[in-house]
Amino acid sequence: MRVITVAGPPSVGKTALILKTAKTLGDDGQKLAVVKFDCLSTDDDLLYRRAGIAVAAGLAGSVCPDHYFVSNIDDCLQWAESLGADLLIAESAGLCNRCSPHVQGALAVCVVDNLSGVHTPKKIGPMLKMADVVAITKGDIVSQAEREVFAHNVWRANPQARIVAFNGLTGQGAGELAFAMRGAPDLETLEGRRLRFPMPSAICSYCIGETCIGENHQRGNVRKMRFPEVLA
Amino acid sequence: MSAHLLALKLDEAQRLNPAFAALIGPTPKPDLSLADWLASLDGGDLDRLKFSRIELEAHLLALIAEAEGFRTPVTRLRELRILGGRDKTGGAENLDLVLRPGAIVSVVGPTGSGKSRFLGDIECLAQGDTPSGRRILIDGEIPDPARRWAASGKLVAQLSQNMNFVVDLTVGDFIEMHAECRAVDAPEQVAAEVIACANRLAGEKFSANISLTQLSGGQSRALMIADVALLSSSPIVLIDEIENAGINRRQALDLLVASDKIVLMSTHDPILALHAQKRIVIAAGAVAQVIETSATERAHLAALEHYDRLMSDLRETLRHGARLETLPPQFSPFG
Ligand SMILES: Nc1nc2c(ncn2[C@@H]2O[C@H](COP(=O)(O)OP(=O)(O)OP(=O)(O)O)[C@@H](O)[C@H]2O)c(=O)[nH]1
Ligand SMILES: [Mg+2]
Ligand SMILES: [Zn+2]
Ligand SMILES: [Zn+2]
Repeated sequence: MRVITVAGPPSVGKTALILKTAKTLGDDGQKLAVVKFDCLSTDDDLLYRRAGIAVAAGLAGSVCPDHYFVSNIDDCLQWAESLGADLLIAESAGLCNRCSPHVQGALAVCVVDNLSGVHTPKKIGPMLKMADVVAITKGDIVSQAEREVFAHNVWRANPQARIVAFNGLTGQGAGELAFAMRGAPDLETLEGRRLRFPMPSAICSYCIGETCIGENHQRGNVRKMRFPEVLA
Repeated sequence: MSAHLLALKLDEAQRLNPAFAALIGPTPKPDLSLADWLASLDGGDLDRLKFSRIELEAHLLALIAEAEGFRTPVTRLRELRILGGRDKTGGAENLDLVLRPGAIVSVVGPTGSGKSRFLGDIECLAQGDTPSGRRILIDGEIPDPARRWAASGKLVAQLSQNMNFVVDLTVGDFIEMHAECRAVDAPEQVAAEVIACANRLAGEKFSANISLTQLSGGQSRALMIADVALLSSSPIVLIDEIENAGINRRQALDLLVASDKIVLMSTHDPILALHAQKRIVIAAGAVAQVIETSATERAHLAALEHYDRLMSDLRETLRHGARLETLPPQFSPFG
């Protein structure tokens, strides 16, 4: 089974990219299964089902979807195996720019869009920096100059990644992405494999349901801000 | 290779690639070797840098190794060859077209005939794997599959009607930023040239201090064209149905040709079409004809441009709040 993690901020075009690439892979006779990880709700499963792709949706509720992802990804692989799929794609909305679902040995794709501004690549953490492929969407609505600057900034943030310009509406770039996915390593299980980057370890009272503000309510791993000195 | 890179001193590495300096931040000991510096990092440092030690090392080495690569300025291209595929009914498309730097080609055809597909095939360097079955050769060769994709992004720049500047920066700051990405020697000076050039193309002038998002449609297009001509590394420019009100079309094309680009534009504007040396006619998904612009056709350009100027004068009149009670005599349908 080839396992591919596709992560990126909300609404950048992850589903559009997977659907267009699935079409190219399907034309080559590859069978695909998709798992969508999200927080509270998602309609993506409907989109995949409509395209005839086997899909499961996992809603993380109150925990970070990337944490939820690690706890479930090996089960996803077993599920995809039982369907006889050749590829498993895990789509996850990288909500906190701090977590990253990328696993060593699985192809890691990060999706970002040209609309998010030329400084975004350096603000996104390991989700982009640890990816093998960075797909940049929505180039159809910005200038050539912005596309070049944006791609350059992605390159600066992750010089090892293959950078793919992807148009989620027309599927431009799907050939290249399908090429990368077909070349992903073949895995039997994810058991024992490691995340490319550890997820934040903070466990504070707010992680487990505290809602009240104030020093007395802050327990566990709490980090306080430092402010510039006020000049007299 | 990595051993000698690891022996580099931090300040040497920082000079090679500004991204290296930006990533590691200020260093108290600039003459520490990269290897020693990596060994000195503790968990807190790695947390701040958001990398594990192994990933950080690989990342920094890649930044240094590729610093040279991205400084190579322009991707050179001798010829682009387009080999026919099939039309919408599966019939063979009779096409073998070779284009060289400086070529301007217009692409015409009814809506839905396949003009965008044609430009799209060039964009992805199609190898019989798109619905048209066309193949694109670069300098006479099939780009090898692993490099095809890397090449396609570098070879082709695109301009289209839907494109806008979205970034919230002034014209000057942004163009300078683009120049810095291209590692040109004097970014400030090059940016000033691009802006001056865009001002020659645009009907209404603008300054470097205005915000990109405040530019009018004509000014944006003028700036995009000047930027592609002077700063884009791509030797092929695809122009999809770009609206041309508010810019000097002849100068825009001359500028692209002078920078040795191959220009393909889908258009129904007679002025642009006659400026092109060749006109590709698309019907039912395939190239039906390749027409060389004749001397007689080109001779009409003067008349067409004359009428075009009259039309833009009328636009200008409206813009200033005047009435159009009388038209210039040339507009009389009987005259
Ligand atoms: N113009 C343009 N629109 C795009 C492109 N890619 C995606 N979109 C549009 O962007 C919107 C969001 O796309 P999705 O694929 O649902 O994004 P997503 O990242 O899967 O979103 P979530 O899963 O909800 O985080 C849709 O309306 C897409 O049609 C693109 O390249 N260009
Ligand atoms: Mg989605
Ligand atoms: Zn998280
Ligand atoms: Zn917490």
